[in-house]
Amino acid sequence: MSLRLQARKLACERDDRWLFRDLDLDIHAGEIVRVEGPNGSGKTTLLKILSGQLADFQGELYWNDHPMRRTRQDFLANLLYLGHAPGVKAALTPLENLAWYQALAGEPDDEAARFSALSAVGLAGFEDLPAGQLSAGQQRRVALARLELIPRPLWVLDEPFTAIDRDGVAALEGRLAAHARRGGCVLVTTHHELADSPALRRIRLGQGGDDATL
Amino acid sequence: MWAFIHKLGSPKWFYAISTRLQPWFWGAAAVLILVGSAWGLAFAPADYQQGNSFRIIYVHVPAAFLAQSIFVSMAVAGVIFMVWKIKIADMAAAMMAPLGAAMTFVALFSGAVWGVPTWGTWWMWDARLTSMLILLFLYFGVIALRGAFSSRDSASRAASVLAMVGVINIPIIKYSVDWWYTLHQPATFSVTSRPAMPVEMWAPLLIMVLGFYSFFIAVTLMRTRSEILRREASKRWVRELAGEVS
Amino acid sequence: MPLFREPEGGAGVAIRATLKRDLVLMMRRRSEVLNPLVFFALVITLFPIGISPDPELLATIAPGLLWVAALLAALLSLDSLFRSDYDDGSLEQLLLSPQPLPALALAKVAVHWLLTGLPLALMAPLLGILLSLPAGSYAVLALSLALGSASLSLIGAIGAALTVGLSRGGVLLSLLVLPLYIPVLIFGAGAVQAAILGDGVSAHLAILGALLAVALSLAPWAIAASLRISING
Repeated sequence: MSLRLQARKLACERDDRWLFRDLDLDIHAGEIVRVEGPNGSGKTTLLKILSGQLADFQGELYWNDHPMRRTRQDFLANLLYLGHAPGVKAALTPLENLAWYQALAGEPDDEAARFSALSAVGLAGFEDLPAGQLSAGQQRRVALARLELIPRPLWVLDEPFTAIDRDGVAALEGRLAAHARRGGCVLVTTHHELADSPALRRIRLGQGGDDATL
Repeated sequence: MWAFIHKLGSPKWFYAISTRLQPWFWGAAAVLILVGSAWGLAFAPADYQQGNSFRIIYVHVPAAFLAQSIFVSMAVAGVIFMVWKIKIADMAAAMMAPLGAAMTFVALFSGAVWGVPTWGTWWMWDARLTSMLILLFLYFGVIALRGAFSSRDSASRAASVLAMVGVINIPIIKYSVDWWYTLHQPATFSVTSRPAMPVEMWAPLLIMVLGFYSFFIAVTLMRTRSEILRREASKRWVRELAGEVS
Repeated sequence: MPLFREPEGGAGVAIRATLKRDLVLMMRRRSEVLNPLVFFALVITLFPIGISPDPELLATIAPGLLWVAALLAALLSLDSLFRSDYDDGSLEQLLLSPQPLPALALAKVAVHWLLTGLPLALMAPLLGILLSLPAGSYAVLALSLALGSASLSLIGAIGAALTVGLSRGGVLLSLLVLPLYIPVLIFGAGAVQAAILGDGVSAHLAILGALLAVALSLAPWAIAASLRISING
């Protein structure tokens, strides 16, 4: 299966300041791409652009060699995005949260899969508690359970390691590496240093301090 | 045709062409409004029922026309901006909104002033005045929404959507208010509801309407030009214009 | 687990799940359902105190009062329609799902109407008694409110979607939405008035239905577009 996300001459301006300019990206199957840069360098913005959420940018995106505008539906069907906010409803239990995500992704309604996804992220025994009673790290794990639950080749993860304890970090890192080995593709921002591997590639965003001039 | 539109969409080109167009519209506005108001206020015959107070229509009607047209123009500009991403359209829409609100206010105020000799009160819930009041609130909404966003692109897109929603609603609002008015009020004078006007009365009115439209175009061109300079201040052609770069 | 599985559940599954999720959420925060109703009752209580307890006077203004108060109560709950989804990040997930966003937004609006507009409509006859609303108009009051509040939810959701990204969107939301509510108010209150006068109400209800049809066919797209703008920040 082909898997190729490209960006050509990507540029994004915020408050008369270029976050990045002339950014060319090629992201292929089997890669883990880590977006690096200081705070405010536009990492989250870049991820949002690459996941098709932001429209306010210049340049062109291509999904499997077709302009994104025309393949958006296919792109979304391949994408799993985890944002800054975990997207977990405090009033719902982890199981109910995942059930909604399953339906939203067009997955069959499979309770056994939800249980095993939750136990894979270390939440066995917490399935029926309202998520609001869980710790921040556990809520993040509920969000991460979607990686186990919904089969999508392209992962776009914004700071997935936030609030996760050391064991969880190691497990998640293993999970990312395994996904890449199987032909998936991971685009991630994190302050956590990822272990070197042939699959790992880095994209560095600069300070972006120069004026917006053309 | 497409090339022309896209060329017009480029700020630099728009700036150049509007430099040439602008004086003509200012001139037309000045001449038409002067002739129209002199004719309408001094030479047109007085109304047989309302006497001289009817002359307020020479301000009221053009202002009311403009108030509605500007909202429609804003929505059209919004569509152009959303569909073809032509930023000039959005700049023009942003610049039109306050003028539209001002025109709505002028229409309301002139209607209220006219109400004093006619109805004996500053305000009646007349169908037209009520619709105008609602239009004023719609303008306020668009202006406030644009101002509320920190990102300019989001502000533009949000204001465009609201202008489109508003423009679909304006006829619905207008018809429901008309219906409501006929239900609750016996037919009285409306500012403009009158049997066929003699030509000496409507000719100056037509001139005033044209004058107001020229004024609207001239003001929009002028304000859009300064908005272009503001938004593109760091672009090379603007700096060349300002003599910073040779 | 496979690397990729074609989404098989269609939009219907996602819509049903969204309906269920929002209903469950609202039932777990029951005060959010009750608050607009209490507000409605309170506002109606204020009028006899502020104007006069004279039943005849109250009866003449009752249709308008009930409609305006119900409209404000429905408006009150609109701000939270997308707010919590925006805050906890599930809104961006909704936008990134491969399902049609207008349909999902419509599901959320349907829940809002079911738990705000419909209860308000059912409660209005009770408050009508407080305002000495003439007999014979109670059913029309409830029916017109049920029909009209669906349009109000749809139109209001456009405003809620436009302002959800703003930190203080509440007052702005009212400014955007209230002028658009006027046609619904005119024909809704008009229906009750017509019922009191003994005129036919079918024309009013038909127009309310027509307004709802227009809102149903256009608002979901406007809501979807507005949500995409708001997620832009």
